[in-house]
Amino acid sequence: MKRRDVLKNIALTSVGVATAATGAKADPALNEEELSAKKKKKSPLAGRTQAEADRDAKLLSETFFTPAEMATITILCDIILPADATSGSASQAGVPAFIEFIAKDMPQQQTPLRGGLMWLENQSRKRFGAGFAAISPAQRIQIVEDIAYPEKATPAMKQGTAFFNLMRDLTMTGFYTTEMGFKDLGYIGNQPNVWQGVPEEVLKQFGF
Amino acid sequence: MSIQIKEEPKQYDVVIVGSGAGGGMAAYTLAKAGAKVCLLEAGGYYDPADPQYVTQLKAPWESPRRGAGTTRAFGDFDAAWGGWQIDGEPYTTVKGTEFHWFRSRMLGGRTNHWGRISLRFGPDDFRRGSLSGIGDDWPITYDDMKPYYDKVDRLIGIFGSVENFPNEPDGIFLPPPKPRLHELMIQKAAKGIGIPVIPSRLSILTQKINDERGVCFYCHQCNRGCVAYADFSSSSVLVIPALKTGNLTLQNHAMVREVLTDPQTGLCTGVSYVDTRTREEIQVKAKVVVLAASACESARLLLNSKSGRFPQGLANSSGVIGKYLNDSTGAGRQGFIPALMNRKRYNEDGVGGMHVYTPWWLNNNKLDFARGYHIEYGGGMNMPGYGFGMGMQNMNGKYAYADGNTHPAGGYGSRLKEDARRFFGAYVGFAGRGEPIPLESNYCEIDPDKVDKYGIPVLRFHYKWSDHEIKQAKHMQETFAQIIDAMGGTPVGDFKPSAENNYGLAAPGQIIHEIGTVRMGKNSGKSALNEWQQAHDVKNLFVVDAAPFVSQGDKNVTWTILASAMRTSEYIIDQVKANKL
Repeated sequence: MKRRDVLKNIALTSVGVATAATGAKADPALNEEELSAKKKKKSPLAGRTQAEADRDAKLLSETFFTPAEMATITILCDIILPADATSGSASQAGVPAFIEFIAKDMPQQQTPLRGGLMWLENQSRKRFGAGFAAISPAQRIQIVEDIAYPEKATPAMKQGTAFFNLMRDLTMTGFYTTEMGFKDLGYIGNQPNVWQGVPEEVLKQFGF
Repeated sequence: MSIQIKEEPKQYDVVIVGSGAGGGMAAYTLAKAGAKVCLLEAGGYYDPADPQYVTQLKAPWESPRRGAGTTRAFGDFDAAWGGWQIDGEPYTTVKGTEFHWFRSRMLGGRTNHWGRISLRFGPDDFRRGSLSGIGDDWPITYDDMKPYYDKVDRLIGIFGSVENFPNEPDGIFLPPPKPRLHELMIQKAAKGIGIPVIPSRLSILTQKINDERGVCFYCHQCNRGCVAYADFSSSSVLVIPALKTGNLTLQNHAMVREVLTDPQTGLCTGVSYVDTRTREEIQVKAKVVVLAASACESARLLLNSKSGRFPQGLANSSGVIGKYLNDSTGAGRQGFIPALMNRKRYNEDGVGGMHVYTPWWLNNNKLDFARGYHIEYGGGMNMPGYGFGMGMQNMNGKYAYADGNTHPAGGYGSRLKEDARRFFGAYVGFAGRGEPIPLESNYCEIDPDKVDKYGIPVLRFHYKWSDHEIKQAKHMQETFAQIIDAMGGTPVGDFKPSAENNYGLAAPGQIIHEIGTVRMGKNSGKSALNEWQQAHDVKNLFVVDAAPFVSQGDKNVTWTILASAMRTSEYIIDQVKANKL
């Protein structure tokens, strides 16, 4: 079967049946575009329970980090994942806003994040006489070099290393769960298709 | 607040409590046969095809937490409304013991998000007591159940392969999907060390079976519910079709408080429930009461249904209700397979779950524990969600980059993007799921001091693993390590299986396969139900979830719940026809 026919068939079997089952008039044949339009049509709850939707709306209306903290988070995210030849930067992918949400969603992260930012600020002032956002990019990298490698960090830098690990974790997850991240990674699933086994050339490559 | 008890005027033929696998099958079978059925579900209405509930094919960025499990145990997109903790519905545990109780409050219950692993029990699974001298036999055999397993296979659909494997009976199978790359590698490596790996057996439609349901479109997301009804959920496959008969009345938001009985006859007359939205108390009358509220909830309901005639709780003259609570054993490990680094990209989603698994393959006579386990496999180029790319500092210092250089663990910058790409799809996951020994000393009971927000006394748990389960977990870990090694990989993480950590054995309840609390048996002094899952003490009372099961094999019990609920429902029909009910 050709790919297009396969998808047409899926449109029929999935959405066609589904609408029939909910009592709506079954669509005779949806093409790919109609299928994707149908998918994009938002329903008020969109898969959330009312309590979850209310909680999300409340969190989204609140602010946790100060503008100064957000500025530092943005700088750090882009040091962790800068724009390069393959993809954009963490901030271009919206990672700072994701970290802001996580701090509200997971209160146990608030002290490690806020405290970590304060630790960084304090290091920066001690070493360079100004806060992290105000020092030069080269000076920032000097501090980051001391906290980015857990196995090499000196005992005095361990708390900074823990904070940087957390920032690296959140930045990686925040970036790779976006459209930009999917493209960078080459992830091409999450769509109707027909699994027909491992592609021939891959089987060959692995000796199957 | 004035408490008024509302009585529904109508008397139903049957009232069923709970809409999961057992309740859904009973509702379907009885309504199709023409009985007037009332189905009570504590949670809300759910239809996996209704856009207001759909999470299937959503991308992680459609969740502000990228699908993290803050409000749902298995993440934002998972089709389980509930979890191990539910506001206002507490439970307690006896000090020094542990049990975690997962509940899905929704039409279809936990069948909406389950793994669709649909294994029949084998002949030996019904007679472990006489085979090993430990535990008890069922009052029925595989031969009693086989016709119902066959009917369930045909009605619901399951893929698999005919293997003639010992104690792993073949069913009526749709074609299985071909293995993914890591599954081929597991198969090859395991074969070399004598461990069988065969196509999995999941209730997912790889071919059309009727006009009500579509075919799998391979999104790997069965746990989110399927808009095409291409996998089994009680909501889509049983309850919604049963509603179309016109014989089924579904009442959502109905938290059942107790089963009502006639003090003169000792027979059930119906149930009393709380409407969770209005807090009204409502009584439903029926000629037959069928409980399918989940193993622990059904036990709780019976223990809470005390009366002058039934002072220990309903159908509990044996005192056995609540006892022999048991959950599957579970232990897991992850392996990193360097040969899979920098893989070619293609859509590897496949069905929602593994395409191959390992059935229990060893003889316990040569082992130091009494029961077996099967192995479930994970891996592949899966969709990133919350957690993706975390802990990179534990991996990226160990393996050379494309330019041949290694760099210190952790770091920052473009190398992290290369890390994400090179490690993508290079992990394999192992999960052992095994049979525990059902013990009288593992039980749930009514907490003497506490009620939930509806004023219903809550459960208190008392559960401890025995040496058999701990040794089984040890064996699982040794097996996982052998397979990882045979694949040329290394185990991931700092976890070292040892006696101190019970070899990673999951705490009771965490595998969500709990059974056994209203056990069936031939001896009414030692069991609450007979071989038809009918109460010894009350002939118009039945239990059709996993509470009646004497043991659970190493097989996930859903397929057996479906088969035995169908068997009991047909028995009810026959008994009514013969004027015996």
